[in-house]
Amino acid sequence: MLRWLNSLMAGLIGLVLAAPILVVAGVSLNAKRSLDFPPKGLSLSWYAEIFTDPGWRGALIASLVVAAASAALAVAIAFPLAWFIWRWRAPWARAFEVLGMAPFILPPVITALGFLSFWSTFGQYGEPWTVVVSHAVFFVTLPLVTLSLGFGAVDRSFVEAASTMGADDRTVLRTVVMPLVRPYMISGFAFAFVLSLNEYIVAYMVAGFTLETLPIKIFNALRYGYTPTMAAVTVLFVLLTAAVFGLIARFGDLPRLLGAWIKQD
Amino acid sequence: MIRRAPRSLGEHAPILFPALMLVVFFVIPFGLMIAVSVARRIPGGFYEPDLVFANYERFLSAFFGGVLSFSLELAALVAVVAVGIGFPFTYRLARLPRAAQVRWLVFLLSILSLSEVIIGFAWSTLLSRTAGITNLLVAVGLMAEPQSLSPSFGALLAGMVYQAFPYTVLVLYPALARLDPALVEASRTLGASPLKAFFTVVVPAQRNTIVATLIMAFVFALGSYLLPQLLGRPQHWTLSVLITDQAIYQSNMPFAAAMAVFLVLVSLALVGLSLLFGRKEEA
Repeated sequence: MLRWLNSLMAGLIGLVLAAPILVVAGVSLNAKRSLDFPPKGLSLSWYAEIFTDPGWRGALIASLVVAAASAALAVAIAFPLAWFIWRWRAPWARAFEVLGMAPFILPPVITALGFLSFWSTFGQYGEPWTVVVSHAVFFVTLPLVTLSLGFGAVDRSFVEAASTMGADDRTVLRTVVMPLVRPYMISGFAFAFVLSLNEYIVAYMVAGFTLETLPIKIFNALRYGYTPTMAAVTVLFVLLTAAVFGLIARFGDLPRLLGAWIKQD
Repeated sequence: MIRRAPRSLGEHAPILFPALMLVVFFVIPFGLMIAVSVARRIPGGFYEPDLVFANYERFLSAFFGGVLSFSLELAALVAVVAVGIGFPFTYRLARLPRAAQVRWLVFLLSILSLSEVIIGFAWSTLLSRTAGITNLLVAVGLMAEPQSLSPSFGALLAGMVYQAFPYTVLVLYPALARLDPALVEASRTLGASPLKAFFTVVVPAQRNTIVATLIMAFVFALGSYLLPQLLGRPQHWTLSVLITDQAIYQSNMPFAAAMAVFLVLVSLALVGLSLLFGRKEEA
């Protein structure tokens, strides 16, 4: 009885979580320019429009470039920091770790406004590259968390064995540590990539008038009425996001990344 | 490799780049925002450095008070609903076979990373007249004709709970996945029903986790800046929306910055509180 109730609860929650996406997916298939559900007629032309319409295609490319560049920069910031904290006994370095966590915990509008004041003070407001730097700092939390977990999981006796055999720090990092933390680095990159792809407020406040990423494009388009193209873009984003997390789950330990391990000591 | 304090410049070198990036691009913007909040506004969208508290005095207006109390009440309601559904759900989730857990986690992470723009669009479609759930009610004969359910307070609440739910589950997940199964087994052996074991053993044991998660979900919901615009009416605008509106559309950066500083203080105080509760759990 209770088991049955539990399955019912899980099923209901799954249904409610999926419902908006399913309706949007249905709407995206409408043959005519209308938002009907169930769709009237079937057509994939709205999906084609994402790639043929210069506006939507430009926004898609802008989003992908910003996401890839900012995720790479976020990893470049997080990796040395996480390594340093793991390698040396330096409690003061934890302060930088806290700084790296802060933008993620605070309401996003605060970080966005901080960047707006910063870039406009230094006369860079509206420059497309500022979005990359802003996103990298905004999402540095994710690679920082995954890499800290990764370094924490490295068995120090491997490292000791290597250094007893004469390997210096650089060699140990390259031959022992790097292969062990690589999956965590990739997951950190993927998390930052997906979130940057979906981010609106920071991108909008920093360069909303000069660089149109997909979320900004959708929001701007919403003001002129709803079209099935938005629904198609939404479905594309959901699929892309699910594919990235699916890959993380396939090649990494997702429950562990999300903190579900039994304490060893 | 001995783990000791770094001494030479060479040993410190790796942390230079991350430290520089975080200070230049997080600490300085943050400081600038505080400076802007006490700047004097010049009509026409600009401001000059000063030390005036006029922007903070505007907090005392009835309009601001209304927005603030609405934001806090809405965030609290969202947090309670999300944790209320999320806690039993996560408890079950953490006990599923591993493959099923991974599938749920991928699903939840996908929804969590969705842009607010997309969530807002999806919910307004789901609640619209042409594509919405009212069509379903009409089809089964419960309603005469389809109608639009958005914008409304209910639509806003649904959208915000939808957004906060995956976050809540992922905050609860580590604690509930590490919960000692012996605890429940012992109470079951002693004759408690599964429901009784859940409410008299699991919930009290996780009291601090629940409080900490409520606070985290509250701060998360405070940050929602687009859903009130897309799913609510103007009277449903929250502090986050007001900050964006003042900064971008009213070109009043000093006032926006003052509200943001206030929001930081509220959030930091709450996060500090939740860490305090989280720490008790560890002890």
